[in-house]
Amino acid sequence: MKTKTQTPAAMLEPAKTPAAKIFGVGSAGVSLLEVMNREEFAGAGFVAVNTDATSLAGSTVALKIHLETKLLRGLGTGGDPERGRAIAEEQFTTLKTACEGADVIFVVAGLGGGAGSGITPVLARAARETGALVLAFVTLPFVCEGNRRLQQAQQSLEQIKSVADGVICLPCQKTFKLIDENTSVLDTFRITDELLVDGVRGVWRLLTRPGLIQIHFDDLCALVRNRHSESAFASVEASGPARSREVVEKLLNHPLLEEGRVLAESDAVLVSMMGGKDLTMAEVGRVMEQISRHCERAQVIMGAAVDEALKNHLSVTVIAAKANGAMAMAETPMTTGYLDQPTGARGSARSASRCAPPAPPLTQEQREQVLARHGSGRARKTVAKMRQAQLPLAIISKGRFDKSEPTIHKGEDLDIPTYIRRGVALN
Amino acid sequence: MFDDSSIIVGLEIGTSKVCAVVGEQGADGALNIIGLGQARSRGVRKGEIADTTQAEEDVRNAVVEAEQMADVEIRNVYLGVTGGHIRGFNNRGVHPVVSADREISEDDVQDVIKNAKAINLPTENNVVHAIRQHFFVDGQDGVTNPVGMLGSRLEVDVHVVHGNTNRLQNAIRLVKGLQLEVDEIVFNGLASSLALLTSEQKELGALVIDIGGGTTDYVVYAGGVIRHTGVLAIGGDHVSNDLAYGLKVPLSRAEKLKLEHGCALLDGKIEGQTVTITNELGLPLKTINVEHLQRIMSLRLEEIFQLVAQDLEQAGLFDYLRAGVFLGGGGARIPQIAKLAEQVMQMPVSIGQTNSISGLKSALDQPEFFTAIGLVKFGSFKTRKREGKPSLAQGIKGALGRFLQRP
Repeated sequence: MKTKTQTPAAMLEPAKTPAAKIFGVGSAGVSLLEVMNREEFAGAGFVAVNTDATSLAGSTVALKIHLETKLLRGLGTGGDPERGRAIAEEQFTTLKTACEGADVIFVVAGLGGGAGSGITPVLARAARETGALVLAFVTLPFVCEGNRRLQQAQQSLEQIKSVADGVICLPCQKTFKLIDENTSVLDTFRITDELLVDGVRGVWRLLTRPGLIQIHFDDLCALVRNRHSESAFASVEASGPARSREVVEKLLNHPLLEEGRVLAESDAVLVSMMGGKDLTMAEVGRVMEQISRHCERAQVIMGAAVDEALKNHLSVTVIAAKANGAMAMAETPMTTGYLDQPTGARGSARSASRCAPPAPPLTQEQREQVLARHGSGRARKTVAKMRQAQLPLAIISKGRFDKSEPTIHKGEDLDIPTYIRRGVALN
Repeated sequence: MFDDSSIIVGLEIGTSKVCAVVGEQGADGALNIIGLGQARSRGVRKGEIADTTQAEEDVRNAVVEAEQMADVEIRNVYLGVTGGHIRGFNNRGVHPVVSADREISEDDVQDVIKNAKAINLPTENNVVHAIRQHFFVDGQDGVTNPVGMLGSRLEVDVHVVHGNTNRLQNAIRLVKGLQLEVDEIVFNGLASSLALLTSEQKELGALVIDIGGGTTDYVVYAGGVIRHTGVLAIGGDHVSNDLAYGLKVPLSRAEKLKLEHGCALLDGKIEGQTVTITNELGLPLKTINVEHLQRIMSLRLEEIFQLVAQDLEQAGLFDYLRAGVFLGGGGARIPQIAKLAEQVMQMPVSIGQTNSISGLKSALDQPEFFTAIGLVKFGSFKTRKREGKPSLAQGIKGALGRFLQRP
């Protein structure tokens, strides 16, 4: 399946930094690329992919792929991921060619709309087929954007999860914790963009900057592979003499890590530390000690590197992944999901996860059919197949303490009986 | 009316019970417990008031009972406080001695303590206690009373216990609503340690763990001073709740099972043993495996001790506890609890005993009353200090005042 693989010998070459491409998909993805298209990402190939010509026209990146077919009449997908997917399938070879030559492919997209949700899974698959490691950084829409967009995003996320090596997902709703009453809409979107870009930057630096304690490309693969749940990530920076302490504090207060609870629950954590030339071993030790204390169960992979641009600054990126999907379900308010297509088995070597496999590639006929729907006035829904919803598992009633302030100690809710938290079975 | 003894009342509004203890301090300073009132508490969760009306009623009942037993009228109380919001830490204050002769005066001591208290607390927090540990005069360690010494720089280490103002006020307001004056609020853990430890034990270093209904309070003494305090918002209630959840019985039944069959350690004999619980008519409802019960309980209690041990380890105080660990609170009644604590802490553990207090045997022997007794003892220290050197004018004023206050 892999046409181009990294042989072990190639991995041993110390000087080699993996070639990376960053794809921005959909209008949100393209605008995210604008934020990233700066010096710190020098060396990465940027590719903007969209169906909407106006969005692409405003982009400054070198390579733009305009997925166009006459059936769309120059308009976008109209918010229908099915149409986005159909076009992407049609242009699969174009996408694949664009992916060639990269070891790591970052796919940045905002899910919920037509292009982002429709194209991203296909693009991720195309990238996989070239043998690259695919990391998807996606946002889920705000709850206020409506149920339909949420559902589409959710569905697309599931598909991406099954094709990409790693999915790092940022539900926009979580940024509400970062903003206050007076934050404007523009600022809110800027914050969301920044958060996502922070995540990409963290991984990017990890791969490209000379490491004192190197995280190998392999480590990253091992961490994200086979953990098909959304990972949580946080990236923080601090400067000054007390920066190591400050960084840990910021991390633990980070809304995306839910006061360290995510760390406690995760079973693999990647920590990337980046500092200026003055980064000391003691600082690295301090930060790692604190972080490991909060994720005792997890396998922790750490890397420290020097970036001369970061004078006096210490930047820490944490990616926490969890093997099963319980966290993912708990985080999203979705309870029902429709799968438009009956699920089909795919020749994937990876273990079957609870996520739905992606829909099979459409035949030419089906593609026409889907695209033609645009012309025939109101879009009809394809026969939607109800899928049994998954509810967050094992809601442990706290009985007497249901309504009192929870006793949280290092991310553990101590009101839950000890024997349950420790997994002691009563026969 | 003009007798030398004074009445001191300790009031603890606990999660499982409200209890008022009346102590009488003789002219020689000896403390005698003369009354005890208690009521089942219904309005408190995790050491903090959750239902004001019910808590008020319970406090009233307890106080009335104590009044009847001691045959006194209760006007002032020392109020015990606890809750997960209470924290303790050590802080140091510095003060330059500016007087010409470089003699440290009482004012300097007050100033340095004030400096030590001026710490960056969150605005919504309030200091409950600022307990002085040691003075340093020009960097010289181990000075307990620097007044009269010569020096240019006075420093003091204090242990500050602080908590959320509003949550502390809740309890105070409730008591004031019952026409009782609150002399002072006292952290429950501190009160228990006062009741349990002798000065020798404080000097050697000791840990007092008071396992109450809703919270577990602990205090570490070393070198005669308080070095560390802490509150875990876990207590006997959690044990009952775990049992109710694990054995699938109502909470009241779980509570009963805990009292009848509870044990902190699994003993070998209970393997396969079961108890049948019956309804009020004596019909069997459910059979419960005692082993499960004890395992659930043991894990929870073990965790409590582990959390305390972790905290102490972080504070680096484990090696200072040469007198060992003393247990108090209702949790100290659980069979084998000292043995369990010994296993976790790896040091001698015993159930505490009140000392240097006489009076009601029924009150003094019960671990659950240690806090309230400690509150009385705390009060006795304060009164003794206050009445230590009364000037003539103050004495007369006081007596007159008391005279006028009586109806």
